[in-house]
Amino acid sequence: MTRRATRETQKAAADVSRTAPAGEDPAAMRHLLREMLLIRRFEERAGEQYALGKIGGFCHLYIGQEAVAVGAMAALRADDYVMSSYREHGQALARGITARAAMAELFGKATGCSGGKGGSMHLFDAKLGFLGGHAIVGGHIPLITGAAFAAKYRGEDRVAVAFFGEAAVNNGAFHEALNMAALWKLPAIYICENNRYGMGTALERASAIWDVAARACSYDMPAETVDGMEVLAVRDAVARAAKRGREEQMPTLLEIRTYRFMGHSMSDPIHGHYRTREEVEQMKLRDPVVTFHARLVAARMLDEEQWQAMEADVQAEVEDAVRFAEESPDPDPAELFTHVYSGA
Amino acid sequence: MATRVVMEALSPTMEEGRVAAWKKKEGEAVKAGEVLAEVETDKAVMDLVARGDGVLRKILVPEGQTVPVSTLVAVIGTADENISSIAEGSAPAPAPASAPTAKVVGVAPPPSARPPAPPSAPADGGRILSSPLARRIAAEQGVDLRSLAGSGPAGRVIARDVQSAPRSAMSGQPSAISHQPSATRGVQDVPLTPIRKTIAKRLVQSIGPIPHFFLTSEIDMQAAWDLRAALKARGEQYAISFNDLVIKAVAHALRLHQAVNAWWMDDHIRYHGDVHIGMAVAVEDGLITPVIRFADQKGLSAISAEAKALAERARARRLAPEEYTGATFSISNLGMLDIDEFTAVINPPEAGILAVGRIAEKPVVVGGAVVPRRMMRVTMSCDHRVIDGATGAKFLQTVKLNLENPLAMLL
Amino acid sequence: MPTLTYRDALNQALREEMRRDPRVFLMGEEVGVYQGAYKVSRGLLEEFGPRRVVDTPITELGFAGVGVGAAMAGLVPVVEFMTWNFALLALDQIVNSAAKMLYMSNGQVPLPIVFRGPGGSALQLAAQHSQAFESWLANVPGLKVVMPATPADAKGLLKSAIRDGNPIVFIEGEMLYNNKGEVPEGEYTIPLGVADIKRAGKDVTIVAHAKMVATALKAADEMAKDGIQAEVVDPRTIRPLDVATIAGSVRKTNRCVILEEGWPFAGAGAQIAYDVQREAFDHLDAPVVRVTGADVPMPYNKQLEKLAKPDVAKVVAACRQVLYLG
Repeated sequence: MTRRATRETQKAAADVSRTAPAGEDPAAMRHLLREMLLIRRFEERAGEQYALGKIGGFCHLYIGQEAVAVGAMAALRADDYVMSSYREHGQALARGITARAAMAELFGKATGCSGGKGGSMHLFDAKLGFLGGHAIVGGHIPLITGAAFAAKYRGEDRVAVAFFGEAAVNNGAFHEALNMAALWKLPAIYICENNRYGMGTALERASAIWDVAARACSYDMPAETVDGMEVLAVRDAVARAAKRGREEQMPTLLEIRTYRFMGHSMSDPIHGHYRTREEVEQMKLRDPVVTFHARLVAARMLDEEQWQAMEADVQAEVEDAVRFAEESPDPDPAELFTHVYSGA
Repeated sequence: MATRVVMEALSPTMEEGRVAAWKKKEGEAVKAGEVLAEVETDKAVMDLVARGDGVLRKILVPEGQTVPVSTLVAVIGTADENISSIAEGSAPAPAPASAPTAKVVGVAPPPSARPPAPPSAPADGGRILSSPLARRIAAEQGVDLRSLAGSGPAGRVIARDVQSAPRSAMSGQPSAISHQPSATRGVQDVPLTPIRKTIAKRLVQSIGPIPHFFLTSEIDMQAAWDLRAALKARGEQYAISFNDLVIKAVAHALRLHQAVNAWWMDDHIRYHGDVHIGMAVAVEDGLITPVIRFADQKGLSAISAEAKALAERARARRLAPEEYTGATFSISNLGMLDIDEFTAVINPPEAGILAVGRIAEKPVVVGGAVVPRRMMRVTMSCDHRVIDGATGAKFLQTVKLNLENPLAMLL
Repeated sequence: MPTLTYRDALNQALREEMRRDPRVFLMGEEVGVYQGAYKVSRGLLEEFGPRRVVDTPITELGFAGVGVGAAMAGLVPVVEFMTWNFALLALDQIVNSAAKMLYMSNGQVPLPIVFRGPGGSALQLAAQHSQAFESWLANVPGLKVVMPATPADAKGLLKSAIRDGNPIVFIEGEMLYNNKGEVPEGEYTIPLGVADIKRAGKDVTIVAHAKMVATALKAADEMAKDGIQAEVVDPRTIRPLDVATIAGSVRKTNRCVILEEGWPFAGAGAQIAYDVQREAFDHLDAPVVRVTGADVPMPYNKQLEKLAKPDVAKVVAACRQVLYLG
């Protein structure tokens, strides 16, 4: 397989999985668009607030990948387990963490979803089954396997879903976990968001095999390659995996091909040395928000008035979140020593 | 390298010392730790020991002469070493008869000579190497670490040096393991309350630095008398004195009345958890108060033996500093001198002293009948800044109860 | 009271806790069909079945992470490492996931899990199989580090560890599994963070944990012949550390020797020495002395191995040093 072949495979996958919203519930479609738009606007404001010094540390934006989080969450149940990596603002919002709680967490405030103790890379909401952003590449892949183990142990039909990048699949934790999930038939869904670059290293420069989904063959695990720029394609693939998990107690590996429009983190320029401006611009032609908006308009599921209202509504929600984060108090100094141990 | 022998500070308060007797002659070989001379301090006769091996080359201070602490008194060196620069560098300076001698202390050694270093004071400018425990015990007992020779590494003063160094100089090797009293209860420092400060101030204004008041009690010593007689009848080894019984009774009562077992510390009151009884002993030219430590934890026979030994050593002026410091309460007994009753002066920072008179047969009303009983009058002097009237009275009541029921006290 | 081996005491604790709480399960290499590499899990597969006694592939990172994830989802895993040497592969999950989950999530995700297995050296297992990691692990806030020295402690501490609700590092003694001792039947728990005075004495305090407790006791016996009464304090948990009991002992004896199997640099004993000087400074009559493993990878050769390990003679010498007995 050549580099060129991989690119073409990805393009083909995108063409094939391009789904029309025909037959879908218009309100549900508008909801998906709004979810993606919220993530987009939230991340744009997060980048701005980072530049203003309101957000510290590392901050990894999700712009360009919105269809993956929104499509996947649309296929899951409220009692399923979800974990993500450090690029998890999108999944957190799509799972239901409010823009206020997420932005306040980025600001490190007491009202943040992790009380200001987690920050951008560690958003949590246990009530939503959102069990964290985890910041060691691949480290949470065994964790989600454990959550799937717990679901099966109790005889429940929940599934456990992890989001991670394609760079994690070269990691031992990925293989150890997938082996056990297949061996023990655990209801886990491994969502590899293949955005083609692990920080600044292209998949082709890090991996002997460029087809991530093929990795599942080693464990005799069902796998699919999915167009990550198409929210409905993602939704449907995750739904198939969830059904397999709930009904057959079988894990699935989904390689969801997507692209990040921003740099790896705030300190990384949009294209840098590792990719070209042209490549970024070309991928932006498939912007998941823009294309889905166009498709809804074409299918007469969204008119200009609704779109304007949606834009204004999302804008207001993000504005409110920033104001809320700004005005929220820092954690009490006593919080430094709470939650080191439970029951202490 | 020659070793300078200096007049060492052998007691906490010593500023000068008189060479009572040289135990080594010039030309005689000496080893570190051996006694060179007996030195009479303000309190006792102490041993001055060699801090290095060699030959006692030169004695610079003759017997009978008094010199300030730190004065070079002798030189130890090898047999053929030239010591003239050292010996001549500091001629003995007799202490002025009446001047405040403290100012004379500290004759600086010549730069070329070895500093006057006992092992506990190494060459880094006289800082005393000592273990934290040794420092704590020394502070509690009022012992000056500089007076001690450290037996730990690099001359570190360790606990056993504080506890036994002066004795060990007399009796040979220190015991291998320092045995602290089994369970020390420590002290409790209580800050002065405003009312306590006011009382202190006003009482001092009314009578002298220590506002004394006195409590007298007459104690029926018949039971004690009978007990002592019964014990003596069993053999000499059971013989105890009335004074021993009084010490025991007081120690016991102090345990129950901690408010009396206290020191006035000017800005606070220190309540002692442990009971150390000072026992006034008359010596030829004055008075010294050896201390029976942890008296409340000791049996009558142990108290008796210790009191006897301490009194003997006191009269021989052989008490080590820690044997006459650190009392938490004192007893003065003039009964053997036929004194009926008297008042004793408090030994600060202690807050009380019990003056014990003689035991006399007197007619006493018992159950409506007049019978002869052996009676003893005791008077307690109290520091009113620490002890209030009722507090002292309750304590004295316990002492009386103890002595009138000696068997109960001994249980 | 029945006499049990350390191994069977652990087995009893596991069995009782698995009977008590259906959320408790055991996973690790060879815990089921093989009955445990050290036979700690003997009979558990038969009683509880493969759902709760889970044989894993040799993937420490993976199955430790599965354990942590299961705990995040409400189970109480007991993850057995065949030895703690192998647990280095799982350190990311122990340190980065388990220890921090409660804190990162601001208290939303408690992490009840026990990581257990033998630590320290056995006999002639050479460099990669003879290591004591308690000081590494005790350095991490969020973890508790438990190290039982006797069969009774093994049972009481393991039961408490399983119920504790926090990530517990439970390090057993590879050489202790056959040791016998009286073990209370049924419900018997020992609170974590409470030291045990294994022998009372007044002259010198020896602080020792796990396998080293036996060495300390033998040294104490040895010294008793010379009239030296050593007190042996077993902290039982390295974190939380019962500083009060250790310092209380030192305040009594005025001397402290700290014994541990691990390497000297920044070992658990270094922390204990710090605590002792802080809490008992005015009571020390000598500097605290540590007896540790030699600062080398463990050699294979029997004579060299003996030289590398703490032993009775080294402990006696250290005690004599703090007693100024030359």
